[in-house]
Amino acid sequence: MTTLEIKNLHVSVETDQGSKQILRGVDLTIKSGEIHAVMGPNGSGKSTLAYSVAGHPKYEVTDGQILLDGEDVLEMSVDERARAGLFLAMQYPVEIPGVSVSNFLRTAKTALSGEAPKLREWVGDLRDAMGNLRMDSDFTERNVNEGFSGGEKKRHEILQLELLKPKIAILDETDSGLDVDALKVVSEGVNRAHADNGLGVLLITHYTRILRYIKPDFVHVFVAGKVAEQGGAELAERLENEGYDRYTKAAV
Amino acid sequence: MAAQHGLEAHSHGNVPIQTRSERPRSTSVSDFPELSNRQEIWRYVPLDKLSGLDKEVMGELTESEVTAELASGTSMRWVDSTDPLVGSAGLPEERVSAAAWTNASKTLVIEVEAESETTDASFLKIAPNTAEAKALHVVVSVGNHAKATIALDHLGQGVLGENVEIVLGDGAQLNFVTLQEWESGSTHVSTQFSKLGRDSSLKHVVVTMGGDLVRVVPAVSLSSAGAEVNMYGVYLAGSGNYFEHRPYVDHIAENCVSNVAYKGALQGAGAHTVWVGDVLIRESAVGTSTYELNRNLLLTDGARADSVPNLEIETGKIEGAGHASASGRFDDEQLFYLMSRGIDEDQAKKLVVRGFLSEVIQKIGIESIEQRLISAIEAELEKAGA
Repeated sequence: MTTLEIKNLHVSVETDQGSKQILRGVDLTIKSGEIHAVMGPNGSGKSTLAYSVAGHPKYEVTDGQILLDGEDVLEMSVDERARAGLFLAMQYPVEIPGVSVSNFLRTAKTALSGEAPKLREWVGDLRDAMGNLRMDSDFTERNVNEGFSGGEKKRHEILQLELLKPKIAILDETDSGLDVDALKVVSEGVNRAHADNGLGVLLITHYTRILRYIKPDFVHVFVAGKVAEQGGAELAERLENEGYDRYTKAAV
Repeated sequence: MAAQHGLEAHSHGNVPIQTRSERPRSTSVSDFPELSNRQEIWRYVPLDKLSGLDKEVMGELTESEVTAELASGTSMRWVDSTDPLVGSAGLPEERVSAAAWTNASKTLVIEVEAESETTDASFLKIAPNTAEAKALHVVVSVGNHAKATIALDHLGQGVLGENVEIVLGDGAQLNFVTLQEWESGSTHVSTQFSKLGRDSSLKHVVVTMGGDLVRVVPAVSLSSAGAEVNMYGVYLAGSGNYFEHRPYVDHIAENCVSNVAYKGALQGAGAHTVWVGDVLIRESAVGTSTYELNRNLLLTDGARADSVPNLEIETGKIEGAGHASASGRFDDEQLFYLMSRGIDEDQAKKLVVRGFLSEVIQKIGIESIEQRLISAIEAELEKAGA
């Protein structure tokens, strides 16, 4: 059982106009096997939350704590966070020219488990995971994210989620830019990782569409850098019908 | 001053004021002025490191300093430099090349028999036994419809002024590689002239990894119709390295293709690389297709990469002509992406650098050289500051 605790998190980002505060006291706790949806309008700080947990250098934590089973995540480097069991599926995965998917995945798996995976087992796991995500086998020969379509990028993120087997995953708008078929395939992947590995999920999304395929246990509405309301799946339905107007008006 | 076509839209720094084809040619040192940084072709070069290569008199490299491992169909011999083969691909355009030319009384001739085909590579190790200024002249001659791979491997410590002539017969295919893996204290200026026969194809690869001053100027003359040249370069410069590459493609005949791609990584204070790519499409070169590219990755502060693509076009009847040049710092987003998957910073950097250079490394086509290069890159990145 793993617990990720985010306590009173305040985060700023450097801009040309100076330091700008984005997160203003976020409290969230995610445990193994739980699915949390974080929803909110554009600019509410959802992605900042994701990147701050992963440790992107652009974001400065000015107050608060992030703990993984009591360990101070803020003291860890980006790669240490990943090795501690955190995973971020990115909204805009980065191209790495000249590095094949196959080389990348094997290097990451080796870094996470401390030893190179047994070749035969690994090849089998990779083939199965790619089959499940309806990815062609020649995909592994392509360079990481280079020339990938939007759907391919997201499948590749979920492929990593399934192969690297983190404890807690943050999915940053994984649903954006996907057609319905791709959305289903990607959602199935998340559900498999959840069912097979007891993955804890923090699902960041702007839309309720993905919640038809991934059922959240908790829904948090994010407005102006903090959680404005929390509830169960029924809160998502209400957002579907009413939108974010009620919160944004209140915030202004 | 000649017209400069296709250059107006760019801001790559100063452009040469002369048309490339109008440079004087001579084998006589005294026909060229003393070197100065005010001359365009020497503007970046640290002239104090030339170690005598611009002098009228120097020694010459001897047979014992070259060892060969030859594939079938390929032979090697030394001839007097009065041999008619010498000068068949080109003549010096500047003083250092002229000095190397006149001081080499002997010429190393590597010949590939017409119509012979092999996938094995011939390796020539060029390792000077002293670090005095020496001249070397090499002629590589590939017969009609022959197919061969030849690598010149420069290593050890030396001061070498070199001219290499590459002559391809009709329909010949040559994969030529020149490696500069000099130890520190070395200076190397290599001027290379290639003349391609009808429908022939040259892959010209430059790999530069060591030496205080290394300057490679490969010129390719596309004077027969249907010829194709692919020029690739990879370089890795550390502190104390000055590497300059000036590929030049002269499109004269119709329907020729050229493609130039050089990539370099720089690390450490004082590491300096220069790339000047000249492409000239003459009025007669109808149907030309050309593209040249140079990219540099600066891994640390204090390194400097100059990159100047020049394209002169004298006819509008071409298939296509383009160029690209960019020098950038390490991409933090790439590093973050890899590290967020558990890969530590050192290894993430290695992956990115290898990936960056691999596009060109993969084009070499000689497994042993590709592996050596990858190992050398890893070793370089192990050094402090990476």
